[in-house]
Amino acid sequence: MQVALSGLLMGLIYALVAAGLSLIFGLMDVVNFAHGELMMVAMYAAFTLWQVSGLDPMIMLPLVALLMFGIGMAVYRLLIARALAVRFNKGMVQIFVTFGLAIFIRGAAQMVFGGEFRAVTGTALADRSWHLGGIFLPLPQLAAGFVCLLAFGGLYLIGRTEFGHALEATREDRDAVALIGIDRDRIFSLGWGLGAATLGVAGVMLAGFYYVSPNVGANFALIAYVTVALGGFGSLMGALVAGLLIGEVEAVTAQLLEPSLKQVGMFAIYLAVLMFRPRGLFGKI
Amino acid sequence: MQNAITLRRRRELITAGVLVALLIVLPLPFHDPYTRNLMILTLLYAALAQSWNILGGTCGQISLGHSLYFGVGAYVSTLLFVWHGVPPWFGMLAAAAVAGLLALLVGWPCFRLSGHYYAIATVVVQEIAYLLFLNWDDIGGASGVYVPFHGQSWLNLQFRTAKLPYFYVMLGFFALTWIAAWWIEGSRWGFSWRAVKDDVIAARSLGVRVFPSKMAAAAISGGLTGIGGAIFAQFVGYIDPDSILSGPLSILIALPAVLGGVGTLWGPLLGAAVLIPLRELSSTFLGSSGSGVDLMLYGALIMVVALWRPQGLVSLFQRGRNGSAS
Amino acid sequence: MAALLEIRNLSKSFGGVAANVEISFDVAPGEILGLLGPNGAGKTSLFNSISGEVTPDAGEILLEGRRISGLGPVACAMAGIARTFQVVRSFDSMSVRENVMVGAFTRLGSTRAAMAQADETMEFCGLTRRADAPAHMLSPAEKRRLEVARALATKPKILLLDEMLTGLTPTEAQEGVALVRAVQAQGVTILMVEHVMEVVLPLVSRAIVLNLGRVLTTGTPAEIVKHPEVIRAYLGDRYAAG
Repeated sequence: MQVALSGLLMGLIYALVAAGLSLIFGLMDVVNFAHGELMMVAMYAAFTLWQVSGLDPMIMLPLVALLMFGIGMAVYRLLIARALAVRFNKGMVQIFVTFGLAIFIRGAAQMVFGGEFRAVTGTALADRSWHLGGIFLPLPQLAAGFVCLLAFGGLYLIGRTEFGHALEATREDRDAVALIGIDRDRIFSLGWGLGAATLGVAGVMLAGFYYVSPNVGANFALIAYVTVALGGFGSLMGALVAGLLIGEVEAVTAQLLEPSLKQVGMFAIYLAVLMFRPRGLFGKI
Repeated sequence: MQNAITLRRRRELITAGVLVALLIVLPLPFHDPYTRNLMILTLLYAALAQSWNILGGTCGQISLGHSLYFGVGAYVSTLLFVWHGVPPWFGMLAAAAVAGLLALLVGWPCFRLSGHYYAIATVVVQEIAYLLFLNWDDIGGASGVYVPFHGQSWLNLQFRTAKLPYFYVMLGFFALTWIAAWWIEGSRWGFSWRAVKDDVIAARSLGVRVFPSKMAAAAISGGLTGIGGAIFAQFVGYIDPDSILSGPLSILIALPAVLGGVGTLWGPLLGAAVLIPLRELSSTFLGSSGSGVDLMLYGALIMVVALWRPQGLVSLFQRGRNGSAS
Repeated sequence: MAALLEIRNLSKSFGGVAANVEISFDVAPGEILGLLGPNGAGKTSLFNSISGEVTPDAGEILLEGRRISGLGPVACAMAGIARTFQVVRSFDSMSVRENVMVGAFTRLGSTRAAMAQADETMEFCGLTRRADAPAHMLSPAEKRRLEVARALATKPKILLLDEMLTGLTPTEAQEGVALVRAVQAQGVTILMVEHVMEVVLPLVSRAIVLNLGRVLTTGTPAEIVKHPEVIRAYLGDRYAAG
């Protein structure tokens, strides 16, 4: 039970990190290999705001999300729009441009914050937990899981607005939308903004109980890719289900095998699922 | 018969001959180990990228997990050497065979996936192998394996402090991968693989067997990468999962080919000649303080080259050539 | 004379939508058979079944009496079926010569032989002048020719042309018609899809008209244009749309 619950909570974070990635992929067929690094930026933002103001990072959540929204749009305008415009090797160019961005951000974080592990401490929720009939539930994780669910609700609602329909239309047929007066470039950059803002939420919540370092993104990014591919690129529902599944599998594997092998389980599940559904659980075959 | 293809291929072969001759004398004026080390690494990554290019560039299957073949090749050859005293020259063959077979084993499920699904699956397979090797105590686990020094000899590919012999071994390895790529380019295989890369449906309609094509490309690509691992292990004298079976290494194997020119004969060498010295020099002169400037420079270089020259740096040379030909 | 290609009660549906329903017809050796019908009549779907790209749900396809349906595109190509695509699929990283060589390698192992074959086929299709141009630089009409050349280089028994003349200027279309006749003169049987009747009727010996996935009628061009159902399928659609 304990294992299942902590897996569930971690799974929600994974799901939210993956949702941003999935959104961007579904929209423009771009896998963002700087995804983990963007989340790391959000974590550092939360950390810095906490350090400067002393306020709980959770209060800063809207601010960080907004900041990330701007960063996401900037990344799209400066890099991705250009990468999408190339005539040759489009797939490779976008992989390696976002990969270059990842290394660049990692270097920048190293320069600004140094390589040490940092952590947000002494907040209202820190080190507190609920004990429910022998089950131990740390509050930061619980809050993070709750906020992730809210964020998913938010993403779902956004999907039902006019903007959401424009997103959907752009996803269905990228060229036809121009004919009905949707500015594709604007939709794409808002999509990136939204994807990054999603990461902002995940990053802030994660900062409440996870150390921050320039390399923190790499680990989460790999899990995010696996989650998205498992759920099916472009599917919000897929990201949620796959995130929860991955969180559970990880928790159980860590219980059964050595903790250092905890990721083997999720990777194996992922490969097994792809054997039967090459486009993920919820992907369009 | 003489046409644009045969003429181009003859020119490529002549260029390669001249280049190898130049590379043979290149390290002679430089005596400091640092420079020679840099040259060796550049050749190593050029050769690895050339091997990657056979699958990624020619056949269009973007593998982001090639350090698997490199690492396994290194382990196979090293453990044969350490446990049974098998000279690395034979170890290399074993490494190539095991890595090639492994590539087939990975390809069997993964080639059913397309595009990004394939790329991510290769990362995952390599990560699984990384975690398993890290926890596999019989072969050293996380603490790795030291290659014992059996005395200076060409048979064992061990030289006390001399760098020059390794340079020539790497040059030989690079020449091998280049010749393999050149030969494939002109053969039926090369045509089939490029057809698979450009348009699977059209390729199938012309009788190209898509799955076997990918498998063959993977086996050759993986096998050659495995040889690189075997040589590298003798060169550095110590292997562990972090240095030879890691995610970043997988990217570094692909990167010179991508920056130099995917699917081209000269891209990997050109890409490595730009990337590897820049990377090593910036980390030597800027990275020691841990300031991260070297990473920023490295990342910026990748972004700029990828956006500025999507067809790779070789396109800088080709433009003039196409102009004069037409 | 025995039929070269026989379609027997072929049905295929995609996601519940019937694309082809119980289609049967024969293609005689050496003829040019037109496959007509308004958009959505199931022509391309039928092509995909014959070329092995999709497996029919029911029925079978025989080439020289041997069943080829369900064997996949590679086996069909080896058996002697070659095709072009409605939306051109050239190998864009290769030159024209290299594109045609991929076709030639279907039956040839050596590069030298494939080059010789490609030279011959390019000459036949009027592409020699563009032999070393990158495929992506070709004009739309040249790309259509390239697809024909690539398909012919496989030395097929039957060539499937999917809207090869659509979207070309009148002059280009005339050149295309001449090429089709030349291919037939070489002894290759042709099955061609067009939805523009005016272009294709003068060219074919017989035509099959599909509508809503079924065979509407079969006959010579003269019979086809007089057939009331055909007139309704074509003109009716047009009037309805207008």
